[in-house]
Amino acid sequence: MYEKDGEKYFVVDSHMHYWNAAPDNWVPGAEKYAKGWIECFHAYQGLGPPQTHWPLEHFQKYSEDDLMKDVFEDGHVDVAIFQPTYLKEWYKEGFNTTERNALMGEKHPGKFICNTRFDPRDGEEGLKELRHNVERFGSTGVKLYTAEWNKGSRGYKLSDPEAYTFLAAAQELGIKNVHVHKGPTIWPLDKDAFDVSDVDHCATDFPGLNFIVEHVGLPRIEDFCFMATQEPNVYAGLAVVIGGLMHARPKFFAKVMGELLFWVGEDKMTFGSDYGIWEPKWQVEGFVDWEMPDDSELADYPRLGIAGKKKILGLNAAKLYGIDVPAECRLDAGEGTPAARDDAQLVEG
Amino acid sequence: MTAPVRDRVLAALDTVRDPELDEPVTSLGFVTSCTVTGDGDARVTLRLPTYFCAPNFAFLMVADAYDAVAAVAGVRTAEIVLEDHFASDAINDGVAAQAGFAASFDGEAVSELDGLRADFLRKAVMAGTDQVCRPLLAAGTEPAALAGMTLGELPLSQPAGRLRQRRAELGLPAGDDAPLLIDPVTGEPVGLDGLPLHLRRARTTRISIEANAGVCTGLLAHRYQTRGLGQEDK
Repeated sequence: MYEKDGEKYFVVDSHMHYWNAAPDNWVPGAEKYAKGWIECFHAYQGLGPPQTHWPLEHFQKYSEDDLMKDVFEDGHVDVAIFQPTYLKEWYKEGFNTTERNALMGEKHPGKFICNTRFDPRDGEEGLKELRHNVERFGSTGVKLYTAEWNKGSRGYKLSDPEAYTFLAAAQELGIKNVHVHKGPTIWPLDKDAFDVSDVDHCATDFPGLNFIVEHVGLPRIEDFCFMATQEPNVYAGLAVVIGGLMHARPKFFAKVMGELLFWVGEDKMTFGSDYGIWEPKWQVEGFVDWEMPDDSELADYPRLGIAGKKKILGLNAAKLYGIDVPAECRLDAGEGTPAARDDAQLVEG
Repeated sequence: MTAPVRDRVLAALDTVRDPELDEPVTSLGFVTSCTVTGDGDARVTLRLPTYFCAPNFAFLMVADAYDAVAAVAGVRTAEIVLEDHFASDAINDGVAAQAGFAASFDGEAVSELDGLRADFLRKAVMAGTDQVCRPLLAAGTEPAALAGMTLGELPLSQPAGRLRQRRAELGLPAGDDAPLLIDPVTGEPVGLDGLPLHLRRARTTRISIEANAGVCTGLLAHRYQTRGLGQEDK
């Protein structure tokens, strides 16, 4: 919990990782990809405040103790949601798997929610693994990285028939939340890999699932906004927006926040630190302090008040995941309903 | 003789754009080096913000750089080398062989990149629409009046020229008598009913592209401590 000026913020970090990207985990023959991936992540950390930068070696592999200190002790987070990314073609044990996350989560009851994942190209074996993970780890959410390389394939679309088979199976198993993460590759490579129209199709066809688009579709914020505004079950995952823009590009951060508040609304935005790319501490503190600058260019955007910040930092994700929020951190009557689905129409600021 | 040819090669590179960011590869800092021998053999090296930048856009930049440099008077051969990218080999070899995208990524692509390029030119048209309309609105022009304006009525400015050029590239109306506001897919004028949403979308598209450019230049600065040829500070 974070307290500022008498206000108490319940913090759910809805997008974070516990990875091992050190050379001991690199697949022989794929070292350049494993190295390229983690160095790319490390460059993103460079967009945060200098005093929060880590040396590359530490960034490649941080310890459980580091994570507990950075996220919970210093970072104000109450509950953190592990989002696995496998990348097993590059990392021997995977980059950050459901098992690795769960093993850590078991030692700290109540602190973590352990999401799992699937890859629609894995067929029957993949369905079996999904079932197993949901049963063993109690996952109610999945993280899908559509740019994952898999046996010569450079990615998939969520509108592929195989993906629909998996989404239906996941829903039947009790999965509620689908975190979508787009990357630079897809099949076929001549299409825009970051296109989010497949999420649009899924959101319509699976109204019982919530689709949280991570980093708000960046680099296609506009496509994401135009799509999300039409789909009541599409949410904006703020990972990278706060971490990548709030410090490095404050003017664009204000504009992007303004756009999201206009098209998507504060009920449908969720905070995620993307740890270990960025530590949550400066993000949470900076976000609570942030206000839309007094600038004529920004004058017509909706404002974000304390209730809105409480929703974004934790109450929306708590609602999506059924996390119990202490009474002192809840909204008062009349302050709105976190994660409300009926807020998808445009509001003029 | 060599120095002027190299200057012309650099000027040619100014016309090569990152299709996603709609900015020249030079001002973005993507050009690492440029040499031209006395015989006219030109060699240009390019770099990108990350090892995993999307391969289709990377291919377009390398291929466009090749075409631009090869067309320079005094250049006998052109070689464009993309460095430090996961698909460097496929892209560099494919462009050198003039093989096209689908052949360079055999089995991983089904067509060339014309459709992708056109999609992003349409985004550039939307972003450019905001660039020219925003100052007009700030100066007191009523939004409804924009629907009746033509390109010829725009004050001369760099964004106005750029908007015309992008529209012309797409084969959309770009003359003095062409409507200022058109649908970038159909070329049809935007009527009063569609005006508020059109302007909103134009603004969002511009902010998205500019925020991306901000992230990309930040990542590039972290990755390389050197400045690119013709790099501009944003």
